[in-house]
Amino acid sequence: MDFFQPVMDGFGVVLDPTNLLYCLFGVLIGMLIGVLPGLGPAATIAILLPLTYNVEPVTAIIMLAGIFYGAQYGGTITSVLLRIPGEASSVVTVFDGYVLAKQGKAGTALGIAAIGSFIGGTIAIVGLTFLAPVVAGFALDFGPPEYTALALLGILLVATISGGSKIKALIAAAIGLFLATIGRDVFTGAERFTFGNLSLADGIDFVPIAMGLFGVGEILYNLEERHRAASAPMAVANVWPSRKDLKQASGAIGRGSVLGFFLGILPGGGATISSLASYAVEKKRAKDPSRFGKGAIEGVAGPETANNAAATSSFIPLLTLGIPANATMAIIFGALLIQGVTPGPQLITEEPELFWGVVNSMYIGNILLLIMSIPLVGLFVKILRIRAAILAPITALITMLGAYTIRNSMFDVMLVVLFGALGYLMKKFGFEPGPLVLAFVLGSLLESSLRRSLLVLEGDPTGFLTRPISGTLLVVFVIVAVWPMIKTVVSKRKTANTLLSDTKVEEKV
Amino acid sequence: MRAKQEPHPESILVDEEEILTPEQLAAQWAAEAPEAAGPVANLVSSLVVLGLGLAGVLLSLQLGLGTPAEPKPGMWPFIVSLIVAVLSGVQAVIGRTGGTDGEKFSNNSWYAAIGFATLVGMVLLMPVIGFEIPSILLCFIWMRWLGGERWRSAAVYSVVIVAAFYGIFIAALGTTIPRLF
Repeated sequence: MDFFQPVMDGFGVVLDPTNLLYCLFGVLIGMLIGVLPGLGPAATIAILLPLTYNVEPVTAIIMLAGIFYGAQYGGTITSVLLRIPGEASSVVTVFDGYVLAKQGKAGTALGIAAIGSFIGGTIAIVGLTFLAPVVAGFALDFGPPEYTALALLGILLVATISGGSKIKALIAAAIGLFLATIGRDVFTGAERFTFGNLSLADGIDFVPIAMGLFGVGEILYNLEERHRAASAPMAVANVWPSRKDLKQASGAIGRGSVLGFFLGILPGGGATISSLASYAVEKKRAKDPSRFGKGAIEGVAGPETANNAAATSSFIPLLTLGIPANATMAIIFGALLIQGVTPGPQLITEEPELFWGVVNSMYIGNILLLIMSIPLVGLFVKILRIRAAILAPITALITMLGAYTIRNSMFDVMLVVLFGALGYLMKKFGFEPGPLVLAFVLGSLLESSLRRSLLVLEGDPTGFLTRPISGTLLVVFVIVAVWPMIKTVVSKRKTANTLLSDTKVEEKV
Repeated sequence: MRAKQEPHPESILVDEEEILTPEQLAAQWAAEAPEAAGPVANLVSSLVVLGLGLAGVLLSLQLGLGTPAEPKPGMWPFIVSLIVAVLSGVQAVIGRTGGTDGEKFSNNSWYAAIGFATLVGMVLLMPVIGFEIPSILLCFIWMRWLGGERWRSAAVYSVVIVAAFYGIFIAALGTTIPRLF
């Protein structure tokens, strides 16, 4: 009863008309933005953050969560109709989704994706409902050393698991930590790297960084990118999948739900890795793997289910440990802090209405997603036909004016533009902005935890290793850090051995 | 009522050449992708970050390091700056042969540069003459020259969009965005 009462009360919070409206709004906006290639959920949430300032924290997070999982589905539409992934987690959907569209089964692909997203999301919410209190209860024993180790591991995992150059991702994370040091030292009050600028005395606000790197950075990049290629979307017919398709996809949906749920919890995991893993699993399990890439419905069902399940379960580390698992969660983390809510193990007990309100809103949001996704396909196709030339300045203006409304400060707007330029340059030079934002968000937690730990441990760093939880986390940290090097050495040795044996064979011949 | 699952007659005639395996599609994307940034870009970006790291190290030393048990304000920034400097130094060495990450600047990069310049212009003009005229100019430039819209449609859409933003931010939300009218 102790467990179920707050859960049931959470439904009361969601069913409040305002919260329902914001949930609907979030899902709809997420789907619309997911449809537009170029702007992913991180950029959308960053751009729309100012909309959340004048509403209750629970309402704000319900809307942002809706944008997140709505965008997961929205990204599918361009993958299927244009062969352009709306975002990274929809890349593998292109393989079979577009072929199905060419076979006149675009509606089938989109319908299966919607059903899979609903089932995957719902299973993940059930998992979240039961697992989150367990994780939070476990984390209540965490002290500063454990948080130090956890934050370090989280940053490392996000940096090493993300695509592209690992070392560049680590550099981006280190820059994020560096930016977080700007402003007053919380322990001594001394100003650091402010150069006498009053606007920097309280540090750089998280919102201009997120809006700049993800919002303006993407907009500038898209200005350049869209001059490369453009294509018209495919026609959509037969929106409802047949019974045969549903039966064929059911196994993939089940497996995708479980896989996505577990991969979503891992720091650095999340929607993209889940969809890739699900595609690989389905192809491996198939009796005839050659069907994949030629319109296999499982190739759409599995990844689309997995990415929604992962999007939902990635709320677990955020809400229970206060550790965002990916860049989008880092932005939601920032949004919570702005609202005066600190995510962590205390959240379930101290703010049960907010916690269960947000969790339960996902049940409702997933139903809304399912209800709206299929009938609105026609609308999404029309949106795809709106010229990017018109959408780009609209997005830029929303970002600029939204940035001003944060604190009525032109300094913030200038920061957004400067971080936009940085975001653009990072993309051009191969640096991921995700690790930077995540490390920036975790920077103050990491510094304060580390300094508190050293005070408790009287400056003896070996104390981190003698505590079981922090010690284990640090061992995992070392393994994760060293693993890529071991892998490289092993693969080089393997190549050398193969070459050697080939040479020997040639010599014998 | 569920529509009967029959493919479109025209769509049965799928162009076989267009159906690519995931591997072929990935190869096609790779071929269509912009050229990798290359060794010079890698070196320049690494050196810029190295400079930032070294500057951070020097400034942190000025703030004082203290001891692990009693750290001064410079200790944590010193550690972080050192990590930045070491990693970028390693990247400068590793990345000297190029790699596949990053993208080369192209003629299209001017679009991004112009976009950035117009955003800066808007930030500088907004406090002086309000947001309306800079916003109309930004929309017009982005639509006409960066987006290839016709003169007339770019002008009409620019005015309509800014009027809509005026309605939302000033009239409906009552924000204090600097304005002319």
